[in-house]
Amino acid sequence: MNPFVYARASSLAEAARLGLDKGTFVAGGTNLLDLMKLEVVAPERLIDISRLDFGGIEERPDGGLRIGAMVRNSDLAADGLVRERYPVLAKALLAGASGQIRNMASTGGNLLQRTRCYYFYDTAMPCNKRAPGSGCQAIGGINRSHAIFGGSEHCIATHPSDMAVALRALDAAVEIERDDGARRVVELESFYRLPKDTPHIETVLEPGELITAVLLPPPAALRQAYRKVRDRASYAFALVSVAGIVRLEGGLIESAAFAFGGVAPQPWRDETFEHILMGNKPGPDLFARATDTLVMQAAPTKDNAFKVLLLQRTTQAVLSELTGV
Amino acid sequence: METDTRTTLLDALRNDLGLTGTKKGCDHGQCGACTVLADGRRINSCLTLACMHDGEEIVTIEGLGAPGRLSALQRAFIHHDGFQCGYCTPGQICSASAMLGEIEAGWPSSVTADVAGRPDLTAQEVSERMSGNLCRCSAYPNIIEAILDVAKAKGS
Repeated sequence: MNPFVYARASSLAEAARLGLDKGTFVAGGTNLLDLMKLEVVAPERLIDISRLDFGGIEERPDGGLRIGAMVRNSDLAADGLVRERYPVLAKALLAGASGQIRNMASTGGNLLQRTRCYYFYDTAMPCNKRAPGSGCQAIGGINRSHAIFGGSEHCIATHPSDMAVALRALDAAVEIERDDGARRVVELESFYRLPKDTPHIETVLEPGELITAVLLPPPAALRQAYRKVRDRASYAFALVSVAGIVRLEGGLIESAAFAFGGVAPQPWRDETFEHILMGNKPGPDLFARATDTLVMQAAPTKDNAFKVLLLQRTTQAVLSELTGV
Repeated sequence: METDTRTTLLDALRNDLGLTGTKKGCDHGQCGACTVLADGRRINSCLTLACMHDGEEIVTIEGLGAPGRLSALQRAFIHHDGFQCGYCTPGQICSASAMLGEIEAGWPSSVTADVAGRPDLTAQEVSERMSGNLCRCSAYPNIIEAILDVAKAKGS
């Protein structure tokens, strides 16, 4: 590991100020420490924000939730309100990592974790995300785990988070604080940036900006599911995952919100797919038509073509689970 | 104690404090051999810096029991032959001791049928909750039996 200066921030303002000065924030550290040991990243200055008070899990006046950035993944998954009103979020969290890591990992850090692309992790290899302009070995290389949506000729890495997939389906927003104390709220939909020709810039966060909370609107419906397909039954990243929220009214699908993991550089959502479902009677034909549309824009690579069919079938299974058809 | 900023909690325990019960396996959070309890919660001591835990209570396998005063889990691992080489065992036992507290507190897991309800104490639940602790000798069936034994004794 490269030498670095360690500083524990005593306030949000101090953290943001230190962050502006070549600082890298550390919260749970589960991903960052791993990357530092491998020298994939080498921060000059580590700003420990783990003891700052970002608030806990609080109900908002509109019936939604505010989740403080340092709420650990295990505490969020175990929270009574989350389990009752946002089961898709609890399920997604519990499908990720291990008990030990969930005890450490924070809400803000989970959103900012880096891809598990093998070339990103291997410092002997070119990678546009790790070393901008050096090239992408995954394209044309071993790319079984890579994206079928949203990639570019510079990067086809996937976002690894389960939590973020559920949050995307729940229409979550990210609360961000600047060094001057000003706060802004960014919908998760606009928080991540597609790789295009700058795959090393992954979010809209500016230097010195800090995630202070995740905001959830009241749940649109209580029919919620999260299904994750992976190479082993536990403690593995998703090949494909599906977060679904459906409201039925008079035998018809009144609303549908779906987000997909393991298939894109960010939690993926497809409005056309949701519109095909809405206002219609649930059934295998409708599900097939909707999932055919879902993969129309898919651009699989050499090793990950299986994800197209896997995504369709996993989505159909979730639709079936949610509608009882 | 004084140590380099780069020192992980794991290396501080083993190298600075001489508490070698906590094992270094993968050093990347994948195997769980380094599991310790930080303020009562199980964590991977390899994935965190010692300086981040200033003032916290860290419990290692040495703190859970010792020859002559073994903990219930340690006795159960011996009784059920829950290990072969033994390298993963301190991590397994630290992890299991906190994991039983998580079940007691009603935390669900990804195999809990109703995420809003209380989890049942089954082999499937224990297996899922212990997935962060690998055993290359594959003593898993006996590890699960040992943990279930202790859990049932606690519950009765």
